[in-house]
Amino acid sequence: MTDATAGAAPGQKKPGKVLAADGRPLKESLNRALRLQKMRALMLIAPLLLFVLLTFIAPIADMLFRSIQNGIVSETLPRTTERLADWDAKTGELPDEAVYEGLYYDLFIAAERKLHTRLGSRLNYEMTGMSSLFRQSGRALDDIGDVYFDQFDDLDKNWDEAEPWAELMGDPAWLTKMQAWKKADGKKMPKFVLADGMDELLPRTAETYAAFAEYTQVDEGKSLVKEEPWVLVHTALYQDLMEKDVTGYTGPQAEMLKAADAAVGGFESITFKEGMQEVDEDWLDHGTWQTIQMYSPEFTNGYFLNAVDMQKTPDGPEFRNENQQIYGLLFKRTMFMSLMITGSCILLGYPVAWLLANLPMRQANLLMILVLLPFWTSLLVRTSAWKVMLQQQGVINDVLVWLGLVNDADRLVMINNQFGTIVAMTHILLPFMILPLYSVMQTIPPTYLRAAKSLGATNWTAFWRVYFPQSVPGIGAGSILVFILSIGYYITPEIVGGTTGTFISNRIAYHISSSLNWGLAAALGTILLAVVLGLYYAYDKIVGIDNVKLG
Amino acid sequence: MANQDAFVAFERVQKSYDGETLVVKDLNLSMPKGEFLTMLGPSGSGKTTCLMMLAGFETATHGEIKLDGVSINDISPHKRGIGMVFQNYALFPHMTVAENLSFPLEVRKMGKSDREAKIKRALDMVQMGAFAGRRPTQLSGGQQQRIALARALVFEPELVLMDEPLGALDKQLRETLQFEITNLAHELGITVVYVTHDQTEALTMSDRVAVFDDGRIQQLAPPDELYEKPQNSFVAQFIGENNALDGTIQEIRGDRCTVRLESGDVIDAVPVNVSKVGEKTRVSIRPERVEFNPELGPDAHTLQAEVLEFVYMGDVFRTRLRVAGRDDFVVKTRNRADQIRLSPGEKVKIGWLPEDCRALDAP
Repeated sequence: MTDATAGAAPGQKKPGKVLAADGRPLKESLNRALRLQKMRALMLIAPLLLFVLLTFIAPIADMLFRSIQNGIVSETLPRTTERLADWDAKTGELPDEAVYEGLYYDLFIAAERKLHTRLGSRLNYEMTGMSSLFRQSGRALDDIGDVYFDQFDDLDKNWDEAEPWAELMGDPAWLTKMQAWKKADGKKMPKFVLADGMDELLPRTAETYAAFAEYTQVDEGKSLVKEEPWVLVHTALYQDLMEKDVTGYTGPQAEMLKAADAAVGGFESITFKEGMQEVDEDWLDHGTWQTIQMYSPEFTNGYFLNAVDMQKTPDGPEFRNENQQIYGLLFKRTMFMSLMITGSCILLGYPVAWLLANLPMRQANLLMILVLLPFWTSLLVRTSAWKVMLQQQGVINDVLVWLGLVNDADRLVMINNQFGTIVAMTHILLPFMILPLYSVMQTIPPTYLRAAKSLGATNWTAFWRVYFPQSVPGIGAGSILVFILSIGYYITPEIVGGTTGTFISNRIAYHISSSLNWGLAAALGTILLAVVLGLYYAYDKIVGIDNVKLG
Repeated sequence: MANQDAFVAFERVQKSYDGETLVVKDLNLSMPKGEFLTMLGPSGSGKTTCLMMLAGFETATHGEIKLDGVSINDISPHKRGIGMVFQNYALFPHMTVAENLSFPLEVRKMGKSDREAKIKRALDMVQMGAFAGRRPTQLSGGQQQRIALARALVFEPELVLMDEPLGALDKQLRETLQFEITNLAHELGITVVYVTHDQTEALTMSDRVAVFDDGRIQQLAPPDELYEKPQNSFVAQFIGENNALDGTIQEIRGDRCTVRLESGDVIDAVPVNVSKVGEKTRVSIRPERVEFNPELGPDAHTLQAEVLEFVYMGDVFRTRLRVAGRDDFVVKTRNRADQIRLSPGEKVKIGWLPEDCRALDAP
């Protein structure tokens, strides 16, 4: 007991550990006592927590991650990007033969797997023309391999057969199983096993054949003893035979291989660079290689640079041309219009909230229903209604013309521009301003105004110096709600915004659903989120988030 | 009717909110300068409405309200220069104590140095000088009410209205503040209209008390007169503890009358608002004026009573009796060494001086 009192009394010597009656530290005892309660509370919120985590936090995190993710280039073109790393774009020279070799291998495999077009669209965001370059290259790539294939074929027809290849490359044990396998048995196909020492003897061939084997078995579900290999494998074999000595090889098909080895010296050959040039002239374009090199790393700031109207260049990030800058303008416009909407909501909502808080119950209820009415109507209907109201042949223009205020020839343009968006969104977001304002105003007793008046203040002074400062938390809460909602609003600006009244969110939606540039959409979304958080932080610093009351 | 010297005067004032019922019915009241007048009554009796009409927050439906001889019916509240203290203090929460007090001076366009001097004086007056920089929410209820009082006084109004200012405080604090408010009012010579439903507060603080019921002033009198000489049975019942016995007037002889109770017993009383024999009446006797086994004159009437309950309350004993067929007759006796202590079931004779028993209207 003395311990406890000494600990509690302020200004005395530093309190030691306060002990509970059983001698344990009091804190520990308290924690033990509270643990059960905490567990129970946790259990109660667990379903919601899980739901939010799985359906909200995780997708958002994944989406945000996409804004820097760029693995597609190095995954699709692993050899190319690796060899390209040493290339210095600034010299103005094209990459050397090894890079072209890597590109041929990568592109061939990618084309077989139909992955090259995806990479093409990805790189097309950075440089137009990439998409068609990759698509056409995928089709024309066989021309290079056919040079060698035809010569092997001429040498020995077996080079165009599946089984001899399988015998040459495969492990004998695997081959036996493979030959015994029948699709009708319903058993799993035995997985390809490379013959011992083959990766030493014929490294490129082994690598490409393994890739072929995996693709054929896994993706196509076909037997390796029936499918003749890609022409890529023949190209690889030619290269291997030119470099390696196979005289010591005694395995299956040794004779065929040795015969080929003897013949390859006399084969007609082309460089990969020439080959790729024949496939498409653009492969000799310096810019193409620059782009590929710039987007080789697994993570990129390219999307973000893009989102702020910049681009990557070998000399570092640079702003785009004036006429290509669009996102800065859109962000500024979104900010400006959200502020306008918030401002109009305050101006229109404040008197309504005041009435709501001060009218007798019955009238206040009726008014409340009117305020809530928009919530019960479809958003689309409301927005479309504004279209009917505001268009040039619409209700308001008709009335103005009828009254003679506006000439029939120059009817006002009030829709498909910023004005239309601001009007429609103010209407839609007004309840979000009125409700927090109302709930704050409800807590301000009317006696404050009476007190102010009894102290000699006029109605205006009483309102401005006594009532208004107390309603500021409501304005703050409403403004934050309306501003954050409007900054990310999509449907209304899409319908009534035309070209000048659209928001950044419309651009994000475009990139998500039309251009399929999810990385850029994610970068734009991340910036939007950061702006909102920044504003929230600024608001907290200036006004204090404690001052925000929703009720 | 109107007193020309009156500082505050209500003349034939009526008030209705809905156009169907009158909340205040024909109110006439005049107050001299410097008076402390309390409006006392149950809730819904119209006392707060009267205060609000005086402050200007409600308009009189009919009649005239005058301040210092001038009709203020059409003057807006902020021009009346009346200080007001509210039940829930109504201190502006977004301003400090000093800013709260500064507010009425600022709207009167007073210079900074003058303001500061006045604020300091007002805060010292309520012994809150050290709290100028605090926010109202950092103060206790009693402290807040002191500040509210200082704010109502800082611009030196001649009339201050108080609407149940101590209603939200605990008993002890209430008593301290009652004393302080009365002292301040008398020191400053201000006129105070004080609204309360607490009769003790009304009796201890006021120069005069106006008892409100049903939109009318039932009695306007100094506290002692109100307690000892209630003009009607509502006042008798509302102020202090009271024993009421119903009966009919049997005989009136000047300032004495005899009343035959419903049980057949006959007692003496002072006729107050009864005029003729045979009229129904309710007699009122204060519990502390009743004596056990009285030694009164030979022709004095006494009643038989049976003790139902004996409560020891420290300074007094409270004995509940069955008298003339009623079970709620209470007698209070001082705790003296020689005082008899009765136990339930005992029979006893009770009596009182005829002047302590008032024959009032039958409700």
